[in-house]
Amino acid sequence: MSQQGYVAAPPYSQAQPGIGGYQGGFGAPPAQPLYGHYGGPPQGFNAPPAGVMKSPPTSPAGMPPSPVSSQYNPSVQQNGAHPQRYASPSAASPPYGQPSHSVYNNMASPAPPTQQLANQMSAMNLGSYGKSQPLPPTSSVAQQHFQTPAPAMGQPQMHPAPQAPHMASQNQMSPPQSPLTNMLASGQPMGGQSMAGPPMGGQSMAGPPMGGQSMAGPPMGGQSMAGPPMGGQSMTGPPMAGMNMPFPGPPPSGGFPGTSGGLAGPPQKKLDPDSIPSTVTRLGGHVFSTNMRGQVPPLVTTDFTVQDQGNASPRFIRCTTYSLPCTAELAKQCQVPLASVIKPFAKLPKNETPLYVVNHGETGPIRCNRCKAYMCPYMQFIDGGRRYQCSFCNCVSEVPVFYFQHLDHMGRRVDFYERPELSQGSYEFVATLDYCKNNKPPNPPAYIFMIDVSYTNIKSGLVKLVCDELKSLLEKLPREDGAEASAIKVGFVTYNKVLHFYNVKSALAQPQMMVVSDIAEMFVPLLDGFLVNYQDSRAVIYNLLDQIPDMFADTNESETVFAPVIQAGVEAFKAAECSGKLFIFHSSMPTAEAPGKLKNRDDKKLVNTDKEKTLFQPQKGVYEQLSKDCVAQGCCVDLFLFPSQYLDLASMADVPSHTGGSVYKYNNFQVATDGEHFLRDLRKDLQKSLGFDAVMRVRTSTGFRATDFFGAIYMNNTTDVEMAAVDCDKAVTVEFKHDDTLSEESGAFMQCALLYTTISGQRRLRIHNLSLNCTSQLSELYKCCETDSLINFFAKSAYRAILNQPVKNVRDILVNQTAHMLACYRKNCASPSAASQLILPDSMKVFPVYMNSLMKTAPLVGSTELSTDDRAHQRLSVMAMGVEDSQLQLYPRLIPLHNVDVSREAVPDPVRCSEERLSDSGLFLLENGHSIFLWLGQASPPDLIQSLFNAPSLAHLQQEHMFTLPELDNPLSKKVRTIISELLEKRPNSMKLQIVRQRDKLEMLFRQFLVEDKGLHGGASYMDFLCYVHREIRQLLT
Amino acid sequence: MSTYQEFIQQNEDRDGVRFSWNLWPSSRLEATRLVVPVSCLFTPLKELPNLPPVQYEPVMCSRANCKAVLNPLCQVDFKAKIWACNFCFQRNPFPPSYAGISEVNQPAELMPQFSTIEYIVQRGPSAPLIFLYVVDTCLEEEDLQALKESLQMSLSLLPPNALVGLITFGRMVQVHELTCEGIAKSYVFRGTKDLSSKQIQEMLGLMKPAAPGQQSRPVAPQESLFFFPSRFLQPVHRVDMNLTDLLGELQRDPWPVPQGKRPLRSTGVALSVAVGLLEGAFPNTGARVMLFIGGPPTQGPGMVVGDELKTPIRSWHDIQKDNARHLKKATKYYEALANRSAVNGHSIDIYACALDQTGLLEMKCLSNLTGGHIVMGDSFNTSLFKQTFQRVFSKDYNGDFRMAFGGNLEVKTSRELKVCGAIGPCVSLHSKGPSVSENEMGIGGTNQWKLCSLDPSTTLGVYFEVVNQHNAPVPQGGRGAIQFVTQYQHSNTQRRIRVTTIARNWADAQSQIQHIESSFDQEAAAVLMARLGVFRAESEEGPDVLRWLDRQLIRLCQKFGQFNKDDPTSFRLSESLSLYPQFMFHLRRSPFLQVFNNSPDESSYYRHHFVREDLTQSLIMIQPILYSYSFHGPPEPVLLDSSSILPDRILLMDSFFQLVIYHGETIAQWRKAGYQEMPEYENFKQLLQAPLDDAQEILQTRFPMPRYIDTEHGGSQARFLLSKVNPSQTHNNLYAWGQETGAPILTDDVSLQVFMDHLKKLAVSSSA
Repeated sequence: MSQQGYVAAPPYSQAQPGIGGYQGGFGAPPAQPLYGHYGGPPQGFNAPPAGVMKSPPTSPAGMPPSPVSSQYNPSVQQNGAHPQRYASPSAASPPYGQPSHSVYNNMASPAPPTQQLANQMSAMNLGSYGKSQPLPPTSSVAQQHFQTPAPAMGQPQMHPAPQAPHMASQNQMSPPQSPLTNMLASGQPMGGQSMAGPPMGGQSMAGPPMGGQSMAGPPMGGQSMAGPPMGGQSMTGPPMAGMNMPFPGPPPSGGFPGTSGGLAGPPQKKLDPDSIPSTVTRLGGHVFSTNMRGQVPPLVTTDFTVQDQGNASPRFIRCTTYSLPCTAELAKQCQVPLASVIKPFAKLPKNETPLYVVNHGETGPIRCNRCKAYMCPYMQFIDGGRRYQCSFCNCVSEVPVFYFQHLDHMGRRVDFYERPELSQGSYEFVATLDYCKNNKPPNPPAYIFMIDVSYTNIKSGLVKLVCDELKSLLEKLPREDGAEASAIKVGFVTYNKVLHFYNVKSALAQPQMMVVSDIAEMFVPLLDGFLVNYQDSRAVIYNLLDQIPDMFADTNESETVFAPVIQAGVEAFKAAECSGKLFIFHSSMPTAEAPGKLKNRDDKKLVNTDKEKTLFQPQKGVYEQLSKDCVAQGCCVDLFLFPSQYLDLASMADVPSHTGGSVYKYNNFQVATDGEHFLRDLRKDLQKSLGFDAVMRVRTSTGFRATDFFGAIYMNNTTDVEMAAVDCDKAVTVEFKHDDTLSEESGAFMQCALLYTTISGQRRLRIHNLSLNCTSQLSELYKCCETDSLINFFAKSAYRAILNQPVKNVRDILVNQTAHMLACYRKNCASPSAASQLILPDSMKVFPVYMNSLMKTAPLVGSTELSTDDRAHQRLSVMAMGVEDSQLQLYPRLIPLHNVDVSREAVPDPVRCSEERLSDSGLFLLENGHSIFLWLGQASPPDLIQSLFNAPSLAHLQQEHMFTLPELDNPLSKKVRTIISELLEKRPNSMKLQIVRQRDKLEMLFRQFLVEDKGLHGGASYMDFLCYVHREIRQLLT
Repeated sequence: MSTYQEFIQQNEDRDGVRFSWNLWPSSRLEATRLVVPVSCLFTPLKELPNLPPVQYEPVMCSRANCKAVLNPLCQVDFKAKIWACNFCFQRNPFPPSYAGISEVNQPAELMPQFSTIEYIVQRGPSAPLIFLYVVDTCLEEEDLQALKESLQMSLSLLPPNALVGLITFGRMVQVHELTCEGIAKSYVFRGTKDLSSKQIQEMLGLMKPAAPGQQSRPVAPQESLFFFPSRFLQPVHRVDMNLTDLLGELQRDPWPVPQGKRPLRSTGVALSVAVGLLEGAFPNTGARVMLFIGGPPTQGPGMVVGDELKTPIRSWHDIQKDNARHLKKATKYYEALANRSAVNGHSIDIYACALDQTGLLEMKCLSNLTGGHIVMGDSFNTSLFKQTFQRVFSKDYNGDFRMAFGGNLEVKTSRELKVCGAIGPCVSLHSKGPSVSENEMGIGGTNQWKLCSLDPSTTLGVYFEVVNQHNAPVPQGGRGAIQFVTQYQHSNTQRRIRVTTIARNWADAQSQIQHIESSFDQEAAAVLMARLGVFRAESEEGPDVLRWLDRQLIRLCQKFGQFNKDDPTSFRLSESLSLYPQFMFHLRRSPFLQVFNNSPDESSYYRHHFVREDLTQSLIMIQPILYSYSFHGPPEPVLLDSSSILPDRILLMDSFFQLVIYHGETIAQWRKAGYQEMPEYENFKQLLQAPLDDAQEILQTRFPMPRYIDTEHGGSQARFLLSKVNPSQTHNNLYAWGQETGAPILTDDVSLQVFMDHLKKLAVSSSA
């Protein structure tokens, strides 16, 4: 549409025409229709929209009925509408965010807020949001899409002017197209931010439009911002141009906002950082019912409650898109990966119903005769209920006599609501002996604690710490709900160059130690008395735990073994015929002569070369075989590392990363500073609920199938995902490929079946079902994308790819694919607009910020300043992450504390991760799931410091203040400590609190988590990246 | 020739030596014709109460390859202070300390009554005795309990400074550390993996000379040398409490044994660890590995039978059919272990108590080569085991253990003789010398043997050959000399050297055949020939050995018998040979050569004891002694014959391994009727008591404890007696003899009479 001067840009212009058609899809056209929906939706909800989104139906259903809805209405609607997808609206997306949160909006004009919201909402395809506010305007606006100006960089100037106009007319932001060209020239990537801002300007009002746009994807910040905020800004657009570079610092909104019109003109530069899509936003508190096919779930950053009505909760499965392309061609065209992130044991909040357990009796769960899919809501009963047709393979099977039930007039079984397997998306079956190893019921699992007692660990006090902690911790072993005591058995091993097993049989007066020095061929020296029930043997175990630190107190053995330690665990489980988990507390590289001996191969010279991949590859075949053995026996390995130097984590973590285990790492461990942190990890890890000896199989309806799997898993063949154990935080990302054409009408189904052993030793099958839409419209596909899942997939695939190719290639691929996805959208779905506009699909508005952050992560950044072990560690830990964790990892939360309202319960809303958001007089908390920082501005008010630290000023803070907050009796201190402890509680891992003062040396650490800024070790700022991507897109479009 | 008998007896009492011939034929050919080789039974440590050891070093011949010790047979020039070696004729000056000798002031070793003399020498630090218990834990609860008690009891019998160690095994092998407080610590080895000695020592952490962190307490100086491996081997006085507790807590092997399986028993690895441990820590120091097993090794190296119960352990039948899968491999494994152990002077005892076989056949070399004991019983919970085990620690009149270690026996001969070999609990030291014959009998090719452990009854058969050819016989009137030099570690840790020098006259076999014949010691000869037979039986098929024995016997009878050609009735043997055929008859029937009715383990067990006991015991083994008790007179020895089994007699048979008291039919009835309880039948009570008392006396001293059997006519256990006696009356000839005496034996074995008849026939046959 209105493109600025840019429009002029030949390329685009041309393109546009072509595009035109698409636009419909996207911007305008869709708008209309969409609007229809949305618009309509406002109240009516999309009912009509049906066409568009399947959701609508849902929503209605969900909403109206649910009482709750009223409150949530908005939210509810969203659900229906899929609003969420956008992260934006909800959580993070700035654009949306803006609307919602004024804070962000700064930029934007304050005024607009509401409108903005409205707009945005509307923008979102979700229409639903919009609903509440019927923004008529929106509609028009909406169309605008943010096509925000592209980043054009340099050029800005031009735009300004034009843009402004545009804006006015449309909201578009596209400013700078030309810039692009220029950019190229200039070489600088981002150059001007596309912020399109300008458009907004006019728009602002337009706000709405923007909104619309944003959705559209425009993404860019500009848009978002643009939207409303910019309004005046429109300039923005231009500005960008000016920017060319780095805006970094400056951006402070100043430019934009202020500028409103004026600036705009000028082009100048700087895009308002706030105008680019941000992830910081959230909504919360609504109910999400899973009764519709292909509903896009709320963002991970949102608080929501799930009602399982036939599809698995998004807590269990999230997909990159909820509308699969009908054909492989389409999939190829858009390059949006088709994947699901499955977290089979996800923890459910207390207010959600735990999974029902279904028992089909001795014959075992009812399964399709042909494809072996388990009975689920998608099975169609026919022939009066005597037979059913499998929705996965279409095979018709007889209903077993005991299972027969009449159908009602709708063709549904009369017992539909009584049988979880017919009405729920997730449920469990009791497995029969056929599903057990050797047809014998499994024994309860066991935990073995294996403590490295070499010099380092003794010296650091770790051994004593662990032993002391275990005494109380063992009382809290996970147990079945309602069970009096845990069925899990425990065993103890210490080791250095040799292994020491302990007999802690309850009948013994004192423990017995058995030394196994045959590390070449590890075996377990005893059976009876090694794995014991903690309750029974408590006295002996206490005795043992008391003695261990003393026994080795004067050791000077510094060599350790490692592979034999794991081997010992496997053998122990083998002997006891059970599965279980090893907790290994290890300090150093295993250099003793033994299988799996490692040598230092850390070579910083390899960084950024073709051989860099070797740094991530495990060193030896020994560990490969060991992983296999572990998985075969159901032996999960959790590794706690306390290194003081390089220990070849890539090799050591190989086994944990194939057995569903976790790796924790505490560099230069000191009890005083890291003890509590480590113990929190240990406690969390030990108490996690989990399943053992698991095999997962993902079945899909015909037309597509699972082709690739990522996670802490082991694959013996191409279909069975084996996990020695899987806990509530481990997720498997599954990629799908087309086999055939999918039908829009029937949609697509997937069933994830997980066979596992419970903590009390029962064999169970956990089933998660999910139905998806299929579409032949790219616009529909983009609309149903889920950024958080996408980035999870990209992170995992990139992290796997660096094992085989140079990191630089991987980065290029990421950027290319990002550009391609967005270009495809632009080309096929967005309404015509100036090439200079950066147009992002609404659902992927914030995708670039994550992508940029991903590329700046240690594994991908290729900097010699990063420790090889840390990079490997991060690589591996991401491989098993679920969507929530990867989101947080890539976009940490930065929470301002200086203006916290101590009387409110809620944690303050986070702000964007950028240095600009910090203020000299502020206190901020930053956490990403692994680290937590309390940042103290240089000019922090003394009273705050006093309240928190009981010290008169920053300068008075001592070293001991740097890792803990004193417990002080004042509201602020309490509030801050509560916030921190809540966060610690919530995250799967403990985070070590580090308190940094502005300008301290430590601040560097902190700054690397400000992911919108330029990376410390390389990597572009968010704006730069957007510009760069925009340039790439434009290239693709020409 | 009572003189010869006296001479023989006197020699045995003084020197512990019994020769087959006490006059030696002067040429090789003649010697060969005598059939029984010139050989002797030598008991190196025979208890000689009248022999006080001297406290100085022996004086040795200065010739490098002679080194014979000064002895009463040497010619001494008191004036020149020079002595001539009687083996190599080297003239040697006396050492300075002998400056004062003269005809009237002779050192003990020159006096004729000290043909055997013992020196106490100072060689290096004295090493404490070492006892390493290797205990099988795959036992029945009751057995294990009994064994634990025996072991705990034994701690009190050990000298306080002796080092003890404990290794237990079942599916795994555990080496227990003895010094830990608060926690019982052990090192564990997989039962299926053979490890080299170096690996074992590494795994036990013994490679570093000073185990860091272990040496917390200061050690008494004289113990310090042996302190470093002390985690596993500790002085009894320091750890007896610990060890007693440890033994008390010892559990049965905890690994589950599935139905139809044998427990997994890693005997092979356990021994390998024991040997490896001692090898590294105490080379060339006296040590006893005491292995207690309750079943066959079922896994790992040295496995004798698989763990499937449906596969029975090999029998002689299987072995003959070459159907014993593990036999060769296991035997080879244990032989290798035994040799390693022997090299270091460590001996291995096997205490096997089980109802079934335990693999002694494969493991016997462990004890045979190292001088260890083998004790076989049904259960550890029997007095047979308990008392036998206690007797291992018995003491002599000086209060010293009746055991010695690290023995080294060297045999020196004068030029006319060469050493062919020795048979006994020893291994060759491969010492080649001028006196070593190429013709090997027994363990040959050397004139030095190692006896890792020996006790006062340990007896070797030593075989010689005459060097001189027929055309150059040894001149008449000369004497051949043999010197036995035994170095050993006394149980009180002193190093000692015992030197026995003997001489015999040469005789021309043609002119003096009668003399030679009368110098024949048929008892010694029987035992020496039996040892040769048993030695052969270890490697050859039974029938071949019997044929060889028969042929030797026939040849001997042809040589010395008086007969008319082809007239068996004319056959006579002189008194000095008269018993010999009878010994051979019983030897042929003995379990040493007959495997029928014996398991391979039993055969190994019997043979083991046969080749190490002294002459008296050996003879008992060959031909059990039978005493009769009756109202007809005082107790008397009777013929080992079925005719001696009479209703009104009580018989006491001592076959070394069994002690059978057999009550004749009438006596048994009386006893049943309870006459012995009646005061008026006091004499009957005494009669019943008499054999018990005598048996008790035997039980007191015998090692190992014999199986004690009290039975009566018709009792099932009477078979022990019936199988030994000469079956002069059988179901075949009972009525032919037509007498009511004796008891018929249900056997097809030939009786002594038939045997003798055949022998005579063959001896006189001109065609033989």
